[in-house]
Amino acid sequence: MSEDKRVDASPVEKDSVTNTSTELAQQQQAPQAPEPAGRQPLDVIDVRTGMFGPADSGDTSGYGGLVREITMPGPSERPYGGWFDEAVDVLAEVLDEQGPGFASAIEKVVVDRDELTIYVVAAHLVQVTRVLRDDQDLRFELSMGVSGVHYPHETGRELHAVYHLVSVTHSRRLRLEVAVPDADPHIPSTVSVYPTNDWHERETWDFFGIVFDGHPALARIEMPDDWPGHPQRKDYPLGGIPVEYKGATVPPPDQRRAYN
Amino acid sequence: MAAPQAGPRATRGFRDDTTGARTFEASGGDWSDIAEEAARLGEERIVVNMGPQHPSTHGVLRLMLEIDGETVTEARAGIGYLHTGIEKNMEFRTWTQGVTFCTRMDYLAPLFQETAYCLGVEKLLGITDDVPERATVIRVLMMELNRVSSHLVALATGGNELGATTIMILGFTAREEILKIFELITGLRMNHAYVRPGGVAQDIPPGALDTIREALPLIKHYLRQLEDLMLANPIFKGRLVDVGHLSLAACMALGITGPVLRSTGLPYDVRKATPYCGYETYDFDVPTSTDADSFSRVILRIEECYQSMRIVEQCVERLQAMGPGPVMVADKKVAWPAQLAIGSDGMGNSLDHIREIMGTSMEALIHHFKLVTEGFRVPVGQVYQSVEAPRGELLVHLVSDGGTRPYRAHFRDPSFNNLQAVSMMCEGGQVADVVVAVASLDPVLGGVDR
Repeated sequence: MSEDKRVDASPVEKDSVTNTSTELAQQQQAPQAPEPAGRQPLDVIDVRTGMFGPADSGDTSGYGGLVREITMPGPSERPYGGWFDEAVDVLAEVLDEQGPGFASAIEKVVVDRDELTIYVVAAHLVQVTRVLRDDQDLRFELSMGVSGVHYPHETGRELHAVYHLVSVTHSRRLRLEVAVPDADPHIPSTVSVYPTNDWHERETWDFFGIVFDGHPALARIEMPDDWPGHPQRKDYPLGGIPVEYKGATVPPPDQRRAYN
Repeated sequence: MAAPQAGPRATRGFRDDTTGARTFEASGGDWSDIAEEAARLGEERIVVNMGPQHPSTHGVLRLMLEIDGETVTEARAGIGYLHTGIEKNMEFRTWTQGVTFCTRMDYLAPLFQETAYCLGVEKLLGITDDVPERATVIRVLMMELNRVSSHLVALATGGNELGATTIMILGFTAREEILKIFELITGLRMNHAYVRPGGVAQDIPPGALDTIREALPLIKHYLRQLEDLMLANPIFKGRLVDVGHLSLAACMALGITGPVLRSTGLPYDVRKATPYCGYETYDFDVPTSTDADSFSRVILRIEECYQSMRIVEQCVERLQAMGPGPVMVADKKVAWPAQLAIGSDGMGNSLDHIREIMGTSMEALIHHFKLVTEGFRVPVGQVYQSVEAPRGELLVHLVSDGGTRPYRAHFRDPSFNNLQAVSMMCEGGQVADVVVAVASLDPVLGGVDR
């Protein structure tokens, strides 16, 4: 029953939690050393070549040599607009006062499509969420759970956990994003701050293999307990079988021609 | 396999070496008989699996109950029995095809997933303001009708699980009226794929507004009957009043939204807090209660049905006043090329369009082919979009890598989140109250497991 599930949350990774968490903190401090006032590099999530279609046939389009870098929106400059400046100011003030300091806890602030995204260093996530929840000028008291995203081409930051927070008091919403390397996918659990994230973190562990350190029972939630792999990673195949229809064969969706 | 023993049976507890807990197996007959049998065998505490195949758990929900006599000492929910990988599948289809997948998540509230997803895609494309007014009003109309139909099922199945089949029959009969409207407008009773990025698949057919006008009094009539059966019924009240209590603090900590949160007195409704689809221009109230129990949630659901019908009436008036107009963005790089007719199979062909692309315009054929097979590209970035679904706040998180398919589509389904409250609502109560508490959360397992 419930005890069985807890035991199953792969003991190997749980053991390594204590060993790696300090290393992890050091690793992530290193690139945090403030860069000279210049633009931070953009997150390249993919590099595409050519146009589309099968790569094994001859290039007749002339676009075969095309190389494009796909980058997510980069850090924003002040003013961010609206209430974003005020909220970031308050967060910076409280973090500088109480905890690790804004510069070492926050990687960057991105404003895109009228949405505020704060990239948080994994080691300081719990502290940041606690400030966001408790400070009277922030009051993000409602968590909308955790969503994982796998960017296999973003070297050293392959796995992202995305947290959406709602302030019912101030009618505000923001997004926290934490990026960790695939080789060391550890993020501290936020269940102590937002108990609702319990199942959401289990889901993100289940589908993406992000280990939430300190979670009360990090077991799989959707997939069977003994399932190998994490299905929503980009390197995990969708599966499926070819289907014959009126004499023609339709390949499974992940083997059909893709337009990149 | 040995033939099953007749009558109730409970095994003597045995100690499981891996967990150190005593484990029992119980089967057959009335619960009281099984409990008696277990008591006779000299052990009071047993763990019972309720579900995943159980008529009172709203679908394939597995409840693991640790029981001391008739009291639940520990309750855990096990999910995942309906996981179909919809989010993963959406990454392998175009942005438009994504609608057909997300509509199948919470199968009682398909139009909310569709609208939330399409609002997200439109935000990514930056065409939110270009969506025609008429399409937005139709979306609101469909969502509010869907809210009524979903609440009717919640009330109906909730009654059925207590043994009140009359309530179930009545609820489903009333829902039928709404499904007829859906069938008339979208061609299908569920899994509509009606809301599309940029607007809706097609305009409402002639006569639909009259049908809605005629259906509303009928639905209200059925609702009154439901109220008569439920709200003053001593047995019904005896089962629901003060059962499944969940305080405001617990709701906030567990992220519970929707009628369960509003039953604690907080009027949090996304339609009012962060309006979308022009909800700020509609006149409606957000009913609340301070009882925080299962009975108050029934009252709130009934009241929300009336409020939704108020909005539907306003939508009908607006559509009538607006007259015919476009229901899809003007940008032909996004809008579906053909206005399809409704055939006997749900969606039929558009013969005029076929004549144009096959007979007169080569460019139109190329454009049709490109848009339908390749789809449109969506600029790089990520967005969230919240809508107030019948069960609470539905949040969609979409990531685009600039391609023709969603890079990641995540649905924070309210049912998934709300099921976490089962432990808090059931522990310390009676076994019979578990059914009532779970019914008051109204989980839909299609949405929970996705």
